[in-house]
Amino acid sequence: MINVVNLVKKFQDFVAVDNISFDVKKGEIFAFLGPNGAGKSTTIKMLTTLLKPTSGEITLNGNNPLKNKNGVRKSFGIVFQDPSLDDDLTAWENMYFHAVLYKIPKDIRNSRIRELLEFVELLDRKDDLVKTFSGGMKRRLEIARGLLHHPTILFLDEPTLGLDPQTRNHMWSYLQNVNKKEQMTIFFTTHYMEEAERIAQRIAIIDRGKIIAIGSSEELKKQTKTNSLEEAFLSLTGKQIREEEATGIDRLRIHRKMFRR
Amino acid sequence: MNTIYILWLRQVKKYFRSRSRIVGSLGQPILFLVAFGFGFGSIYQKAGGGSYIQFLAPGVILMGVLFTAVFSGIELIWDRQFGFLKETMVAPVTRFEIMLGRTVGGATVATLQGLIVFVLTLIIGFRPHNLLLLPLAFVFVFLSALLFTSLGTAIASLLEDMQGFQLIMNFLVMPIFFLSGALFPLKGVPQVMEIIARADPLTYGIDGLRGALISTSSFGMINDFLVLAVVTISLLAIGSYLFEKIQV
Repeated sequence: MINVVNLVKKFQDFVAVDNISFDVKKGEIFAFLGPNGAGKSTTIKMLTTLLKPTSGEITLNGNNPLKNKNGVRKSFGIVFQDPSLDDDLTAWENMYFHAVLYKIPKDIRNSRIRELLEFVELLDRKDDLVKTFSGGMKRRLEIARGLLHHPTILFLDEPTLGLDPQTRNHMWSYLQNVNKKEQMTIFFTTHYMEEAERIAQRIAIIDRGKIIAIGSSEELKKQTKTNSLEEAFLSLTGKQIREEEATGIDRLRIHRKMFRR
Repeated sequence: MNTIYILWLRQVKKYFRSRSRIVGSLGQPILFLVAFGFGFGSIYQKAGGGSYIQFLAPGVILMGVLFTAVFSGIELIWDRQFGFLKETMVAPVTRFEIMLGRTVGGATVATLQGLIVFVLTLIIGFRPHNLLLLPLAFVFVFLSALLFTSLGTAIASLLEDMQGFQLIMNFLVMPIFFLSGALFPLKGVPQVMEIIARADPLTYGIDGLRGALISTSSFGMINDFLVLAVVTISLLAIGSYLFEKIQV
């Protein structure tokens, strides 16, 4: 479903993604783990047509993101690390706009939106502005939106960041359900190791732009002779804390609350 | 087409929902109308210029348009990281459609803002000469709105965060307004200033609007229209080129 060969991304002199290759099978739940600045988000951006690779090959659902952008875009759904809902629109409107952008035919638009809002238990709040929603509700809405055009792959970039265990549990049970029923491939990143251990069928660990280990949680533990994925992760990537320079978006995040009208 | 429509609709819906913003952004034009209009009115009259309110109103209407338009263009910075726009960037639509829908939406909002200021000027005592030319006035308002939204979009495509916002307000938007002939006639100003004013696109918007509303235009309305149209198209082209290159 996802096929990556010798993928490289350089920003001037800095090599963010350094010659990685991996495969994700159809219907698989795949976790992409790594410390801050390891190259996770850069890889997701390249897979989702937001960034051009410096070199290497990507195939997503049989399409090349460089040659057939729209073919690729139609085949995946994404939940970004930062909320990307419009706070000044209602839940329904956010869904409706997505449906128009993805050219979902008029006659099934409404029924499908209704179905998904029900699925994430937000149907009774459909006419409320998103700014009145809690963090967990926003995430659920984003997931519903990501599934609206029936993607064959779902990308989740730290989807459970800042969610309480109840919401997290809820969210994953929805997603595992869709994954089983529709054979939808799920590709996600997270910093919660127990989450990756519990949910993912296979895990790749990336550090300093290179994939340093790949396999099931059991295999990774065996390889590092450790008892938990957390220990395996630390043994592979070291205990040193990674410092990242603040970028434009980090500065924006700080001002986020202030700017909101 | 649907994409452009839905992005346009979004901007318009958001505008009608933010009442506090509508009211808030009317403060400045009102202040200009009252303080300048009444403050300089008698001096202007004595100098033989006629009614200052009549002269000032078109400038203040476009001031409302200018600020709203540039701001909604600049908001792109925000939208790109945290808004709906990021969602549209991975959707199966072209960047050009996104940019166009957003820009036309912003221009519509700025035009609405201009219409509200127009009503305010009527309350304060402004009277258009020829009501039949109002549709023409609308054309100049919308064209100016489109021009400055495109300018805002082009600038926003170059910026990473909101840090540069003050810089743009003080060194671009304010000069565009104050050096445009919105507040004073360009006849008889020092030559340097006239050259600057002639390079300022707002000058042509105001001149055209004065032509339509109070039947005095220094350059001629056709010339005004042509200048505005050419600048708008160029800015749209530059904006869409820069927008195309944005990396999220």
